[in-house]
Amino acid sequence: MTEPVDPPLLSARGLVRAFGALQVLRGVDLDVRAGEMLAVAGPNGAGKTTLLRLLAGLMRPSAGEVRIRGQRPTRDDPGPRRAIGLLSHHTFLYDDLTPAENLHFTARLYGLTDPAGATRAALEEVGLTARADTPVRHLSRGLLQRAAIARALLHQPDILLLDEPFTGLDAPSADRFRALLAAQLARGRALVLVSHHLAEAWDLATHVAVLSGGRWALEGSRPSDLAAFHARYAELVHG
Amino acid sequence: MTPELLAARRIVRRGQVLTVLGLLAAAAVYVIAIYFTPVEVRQGPAQKIFYVHAPAAWGALVAFAVVGLVSILYLWLQDERLDLFAASSAEVGIAFSLVMLTTGPIWGKTVWGTWWTWDARLTLTLFLFFLFVGYLALRAAVQDHGERARFSAVVGIMGLVLVPFIHLSVYLFRTLHPQPVLLKPSAPSMPPEMLRALLSGMAAFTVLYIGFVVLRYGLARLDNLREGAGDAV
Amino acid sequence: MAEFLRIAFAIAAKDIRLELRSRTALLSAIVFSALVLVVFNFARDPTALAAVDLAPSVLWVTFAFGAVIALNRAFYVERENAALDGILLAPVPRSALYVGKLFANLAFVGVVEAVALPLFVLFFNVDLGHALPGVLGVTALATVGFVAVGTIFSAMVVRTRFAELMLPVLLLPFMVPPLVGAVQVTAKLLAGRPLSEMMGWLRLLTLYDIGFVTLCILVFPAVVDE
Repeated sequence: MTEPVDPPLLSARGLVRAFGALQVLRGVDLDVRAGEMLAVAGPNGAGKTTLLRLLAGLMRPSAGEVRIRGQRPTRDDPGPRRAIGLLSHHTFLYDDLTPAENLHFTARLYGLTDPAGATRAALEEVGLTARADTPVRHLSRGLLQRAAIARALLHQPDILLLDEPFTGLDAPSADRFRALLAAQLARGRALVLVSHHLAEAWDLATHVAVLSGGRWALEGSRPSDLAAFHARYAELVHG
Repeated sequence: MTPELLAARRIVRRGQVLTVLGLLAAAAVYVIAIYFTPVEVRQGPAQKIFYVHAPAAWGALVAFAVVGLVSILYLWLQDERLDLFAASSAEVGIAFSLVMLTTGPIWGKTVWGTWWTWDARLTLTLFLFFLFVGYLALRAAVQDHGERARFSAVVGIMGLVLVPFIHLSVYLFRTLHPQPVLLKPSAPSMPPEMLRALLSGMAAFTVLYIGFVVLRYGLARLDNLREGAGDAV
Repeated sequence: MAEFLRIAFAIAAKDIRLELRSRTALLSAIVFSALVLVVFNFARDPTALAAVDLAPSVLWVTFAFGAVIALNRAFYVERENAALDGILLAPVPRSALYVGKLFANLAFVGVVEAVALPLFVLFFNVDLGHALPGVLGVTALATVGFVAVGTIFSAMVVRTRFAELMLPVLLLPFMVPPLVGAVQVTAKLLAGRPLSEMMGWLRLLTLYDIGFVTLCILVFPAVVDE
């Protein structure tokens, strides 16, 4: 007798996205389960950001589908989107509001039962309590990054999508961020991380894939040898 | 030679044929209007501008209705070709509106001494003109094709819903402020030759409208294919 | 439904808080309206045309221009840091975003009108008196109409290159029915005419409001969903 298998937290089949006559994604499949991290690399213009936006539900695919725990989010039932958190170049924060106000608003958007409590907890977790009442406009880059992370994690998403999160982080911040990612994985979340600097997240990734020309050029479990992977990557992309 | 290219070229050819037919029909209408209709007693020969003026207004209205209805279809079916068709109709519609809006004042000045009156037909066509301008200006300002199509469709549908309200506003305005009674051949008692000429005019302009739109649509399809070919990886 | 409204109110509250913090758009709209009234005052010949004949038109042109200035703000704030994406990521119905923005815009335009109306009474020596409730009522009725259409258009034009120019170009034809109705009703109210004379216009305004608010709620998702 076989054990029933739960659907992956996040899966996609045959994702195609065209802008007019330009095909950016030409058929992409993926599965990410709880506790797994898929690291995606690829040259500029390969479609990495488009892929993340499709997975996040910010864009509709021209063909194909995205499923969250086996369910498709639809116009009338946006509920499944609750499971997704996105950390991107943009912070999604309002410059004239404080981190506390920004988070409180986000909590209300996600229908959290205790917005004030969730806000307090999130600010504490990223170490922003001291500056919680300073307008975002006046925060330093590092604190801004923390506020963005707090916002992304506020609603306890089961799926985290990360677009080049290590950009502009100094070594200590990068270490802190890696620890945060490890904690998320330990909690059983599914992560998809897009990055040019795979080395930064190499040890955390369980799976690796290379996107080139709108398709996977390489995908599978994360190999142990980073240097060999870099060589293979160079071959695939520039060869 | 891809199938889409062949299809687009076929559409252009059909459009060209229909346009020529329409132009011939319009020319025939001019001849009928000038030589085969009676001269209206109070207005004189200038009244014959009406045979161009009214069909042009009709053409603008048809163009507008098509934009609105095709916009609804686009939002439902998400087919980019529907968007191209709506845009083509808008371009033809704006041309027809301009014809109506220039012949109207010329007629008005010649016959009644005023360039403009706020009568129902002129007012409505003026609004259609502004709506077409807004629609086409918005299209010009948006780069992404998908976004352009969605936004145009929304404006098209909203414009369609606006028209009855314009009509109602003009009607309410006129019942409160009756305009001096202007003699118009659109009154029911029209001699048969005038009616015939008017109906022929409407038919000719309808064919002309269809011809222009099909031609423009075919050209838009060709443009689209050419852009795609340029972007092909 | 309750959920829908809760989110709409959350969005509206956020917008109002933002505007109170920066105040730029609101102040511009108010100052602009005051200037328009001043220009109108100097632009007319007091002997040729009595103030009371011109008054309704002046009032409504002022309201209309002030509203267009205030309307551009609503979706402009969502551009910084891609805040709009932040809202679209959340499991909220797209129409709730529209209704939230509509509420916020009604509040802003309401404030502009609340400042412009007393100034208008002052500059033009208009005796509102008995007509005040009626004028407030028709103001609310007409404002809902053109703010509803202005809100959805501002969502579109904010992504174009010439947003401040595109909004009036698109919006003005849609403002005509509510404006004409409002001017007619205001004129009759100021002249003390009976209600029966305004019924046609009031019906037009009500129908316009219901029709366009419903339509905008239905088509708004097409504006923000890529």
